[in-house]
Formats: sequence, C-alpha cells, structure tokens
Amino acid sequence: MSEIVLETRGITRDYHIGGGFFGKGRTINALKGIDLKVEKGKTLAIVGESGCGKSTLARIMTMIDAPTSGELLIDGKPVEIGSKGVDSEMRRKVQIVFQNPYGSLNPRQKIGDVLMEPLIINEKVPVKERRERAMEMLLKVGLQAEHFNRYPHMFSGGQRQRIAIARALMLRPRLLVLDEPVSALDLSVQAQVLNILADLQEEFSLTYVFISHDLSVVRYIADEVMVMYFGEAVEYGTRDAVFSDPQHNYTRTLFAATPRADVDSIRKRLADKAA
Amino acid sequence: MTSTNTKDPNAAVGLEGGTVIAVTRRARLAEFWYYFSQNRGAVIGLYVFLAIVAIALLAPLIAPHSPSLQNRGFFLLPPVWQEGGNWSFLLGTDAVGRDVLSRLIYGARFSLFIGVVVVSVAVSVGILVGLIAGYFRGAVDTVIMRVMDIILAFPSLLLALVLVAILGPGLVNAMIAIALVQQPHYVRLTRAAVMSEKGRDYVTAARVAGAGNIRLMFKTILPNCTAPLIVQAALSFSTAILDAAALGFLGMGAQPPTPEWGTMLAEAREFILRAWWVVTFPGLAILITVLAINLMGDGLRDALDPKLKRS
Repeated sequence: MSEIVLETRGITRDYHIGGGFFGKGRTINALKGIDLKVEKGKTLAIVGESGCGKSTLARIMTMIDAPTSGELLIDGKPVEIGSKGVDSEMRRKVQIVFQNPYGSLNPRQKIGDVLMEPLIINEKVPVKERRERAMEMLLKVGLQAEHFNRYPHMFSGGQRQRIAIARALMLRPRLLVLDEPVSALDLSVQAQVLNILADLQEEFSLTYVFISHDLSVVRYIADEVMVMYFGEAVEYGTRDAVFSDPQHNYTRTLFAATPRADVDSIRKRLADKAA
Repeated sequence: MTSTNTKDPNAAVGLEGGTVIAVTRRARLAEFWYYFSQNRGAVIGLYVFLAIVAIALLAPLIAPHSPSLQNRGFFLLPPVWQEGGNWSFLLGTDAVGRDVLSRLIYGARFSLFIGVVVVSVAVSVGILVGLIAGYFRGAVDTVIMRVMDIILAFPSLLLALVLVAILGPGLVNAMIAIALVQQPHYVRLTRAAVMSEKGRDYVTAARVAGAGNIRLMFKTILPNCTAPLIVQAALSFSTAILDAAALGFLGMGAQPPTPEWGTMLAEAREFILRAWWVVTFPGLAILITVLAINLMGDGLRDALDPKLKRS
C-alpha cells in the first residue's frame, strides 16, 4: 500500500495588481482550484506554457507562499502557512530545486557551506558529522571532494545544478519540487542530471514534482502528468494515458508542437515538402 | 574551470584523500591577501594608510615640537629647502610660530579619529536601517525612506551646521552631526542592494531550508551587499574629514588650538599668497590620506567580492 506524500485540494491563488492612484486594482487568478495527489516514490510532471501558474503552484507546495484558498496536505497533515508559520519539521519535508543554476547558489558561500547550512539551521549535529554528511552528498551527486571549498562561480551550470540538488537533499526531504531543473542546461548535461535525479529517487525513495515544458523530458521521467492551462489543470492522468490519448485541445496542440527527430518523421516531413 | 595557478588559495585549503582539512582563519586571511595583492594600487594605499596610522599613534615620539608651542621670532618661517629655512622647523612655521610638521603629525590623530568614528556610526546605523527597510518593505519601508528623503533634502553641510548649533560646538558634536548627515546614503545603498538580492533564488532556497528572518537578513543577504558599501565607506571617510574641516572653519567643529588638518587649512587661508606652505601641507596631508583610503577601498572590494575573483 503506497502512501500519499503530497495532496492538494482546490488550491487557488489570486494576485492583486494595481490599486494605484487612478485605476482600480485588478485581480489575477493564477491558480483556479488545483487538485492533485502524489504517491511516495512517484514522479508527477506538471506541464504548461509560460505564465500558466506552474511556478506559483511550486511556491505553494514548498510553503514559500500561502494559497488564497484550498488545502495543502503533506504526509496527510494539513499545512497552514497563512495563520502561523510553518514549523521546521514540516519545512524540511519539502525542498526545491530552481530553474536557474546561476541564481540559486549564494555567491559568497563555499559549496561546503551551502551544503552544511540546512544542517546548521535544522539539526544540532557536531561539526565533524556535518562535514561528513555534506561530503557524502557532494560525492553522491557526482562532484569531487576538492570542490568542497570552492565558490559557486567556479562551476558550470550542470555542476551548479548538482550542487542545488545536493543541498535540497541534505535534510532528507520526502518531497522534492523540481522547477524546470534542466531547462537551463544543454542536452548532454540534461541527461546526466536527469539520470542523477532518477538514481537519487530510487536511493532515498523520493517523491518528485517535476515542472517542465519539455515533453521529451517529461516522457522520460514522469509517472503521472498534469497539463496546466491558464491556472487550471486541463489534463491529469498517468503518463501513458496522457501521451497516448490527450483529451483537451491544448494538450493536443502542445504535443503537435513538439519537434520530432526520429527518422520516419523526418522522411515524412521531407516527402511532404517535396510534394 | 579548474585553475592551474599554483598560487590558487583553494589548493591550500582544499581536501586531500577525502579528509577534510579545516578552513582555518589563517587560510582565509591568506586567500584574502592573495586577491587583495593583485591590485597594486590597493597595496600602496594600504601601506600609506598604515604609515599614517603609525604616525598618528606615535605622534608624541616623532613630532619635533609641541603642536601648540609658539616659537617667538620664527613667525611664518619657510620650509627648510627654501631661503630662510631652518633645520629645526622642517616644513616651516605658521603665523604664530608653531611648527607645521608637528601640527600635521598630531593632526593625523584627529583626522583619522573623525573619519573612523563618523564612518562607523553612519555605516552601522545606515546598514541596519536600510536592511530593515529593504527586507520588510511595506509601511516600515515607506516611513524610513521618507525620513531619509527629508534628511537628504537639506544641503548636507547646512544640516550639520544646524545640528551642531543645537548640540553646541565641538569636535564630538560635529562628528555626530556629520554621521547623521551621511547615514541616509548608506540606508539607500543598503536598501537598494537588499531589494535586488532578496528576490534571488538562493534566498528562497535558504528560506525553504528553514532560515529565519534574522539569518536571512544578516547571513544570507547582507554579505552580498557589501561591495558598494565598502566603496561608499571609503569615499565618505574623506567626506567626513572634509566636512569636519568645514565645520571647524565655521567655528563649529574642532576649536582653534586643536591641530586638526581642516582647521589648520581654514586658519591659514589668509596667507595663501604670502606663505604657501602653511596652506599647502595640510591640504597635501588630506589629499594623501584620502587617496590612500580610496585606493584601499577599491582593493577591498576586489578582494571581498567573489564575483570579481578570477578562478
């Protein structure tokens, strides 16, 4: 029997804009009632165009922002970020990896300190153990021991993203929200990072919420897929169901817009062009 | 991006065979010095500044005369290399026969003291207020920034003058007034830097890791805002010295027998055509000190900002 790690019930989020001197403020509904459930060890991919609310949802799931209404349950416990702060026990269950590897690391912190900071904040462990755990994680994401005392600017984008993943895993979270973690990387590095993510998921039995707009990546990593369109979930199901039988118009358009690079489709395209 | 430079400080504090060598304070200092010494101007500035500090500390030992002793019969004596110079008064004497060199040596004490006190008061208050304004935004920010705007709306020297007039003339009150006048600049700088850093992903990541407001403000955000503040501090060190001099000139700062450089300048302005040395040497002293501090500030920024470091 698998357990539900993350559940949202009717999450909405409104942004109020303006209210300036002349005009009345407008309200933008960034999320219009999102329901989802993710089982332990599974990956839910959230797909959608820019501005459809993917990142807003990610910020709510990681308890950075509060939803306007709706419920967020982590490990079956409701989270109330609005009324009182989130306690650290809850906080450490969900961690996030950001899209831009150049902005997500503090330029003044050495890699070792980046990795040890979550432990300093949350756990009372002796310095030695802290270092050992950070070093262990550093090696696990495929970096070398000598990287421990270097600054972020000395690393490439792919390496930085590994560091960001390592930092997110330092607290042994249950759920990892990956906000387009590979879209800023080039293709070969994307594959490496995706493989590391797959390995880590198995090792720590992690649950992933993987936000992306790259369908080939989603097809590779996801168990379930949710397609968002202007703040609504227009398609939600297992990967195979969504990919083989898209129900919503937007999903079909999205799939049709994906470039295909297999030989048959190239031949077909050339034939069409010649005709 | 691995470095092949054998002097790379990271090699010294690195890891060998998987064991962690503790990053000692010494290694950090070595690293700092490595980057600082890349900038030759900064090193020269540092040495000059250290020399001035040493002169200020050792003033009673090196000064040939008392700074307030009036030597009758030696009024407006020119420096030693000019005709009529005297070896016991190397840089000549002023209108009442006091040795210019001795006064300059003692004056270093006052000028440095003014600079240090004014800058540290302005920086610490300014950074704290700016950090609060930039971090919490909202009503707090509005109130703080409007007050700062009001302070900035006055001509700075005029405001300092008014403050000294209220507090009463004297060196300490002049320093308080100048610090108060300078501090809005730090508030603005800090606030702007904090606001741009606060939205960055690494701050969010630290928050998700459980960091509280205090930790986010002082450990995560503030260290990334120091570069413009260091340069501003170095520049306003000189402004502080000059403002104090101006206040002294108007009779509101250091009172006349005090051998403060600015006051000396003010006292000597009527002799600018007759006895150039009385005006020139205090001016040169201010120029050299300010230049050295500015060069040093530049090097500090290079050394403290990892974004500028070559890897």
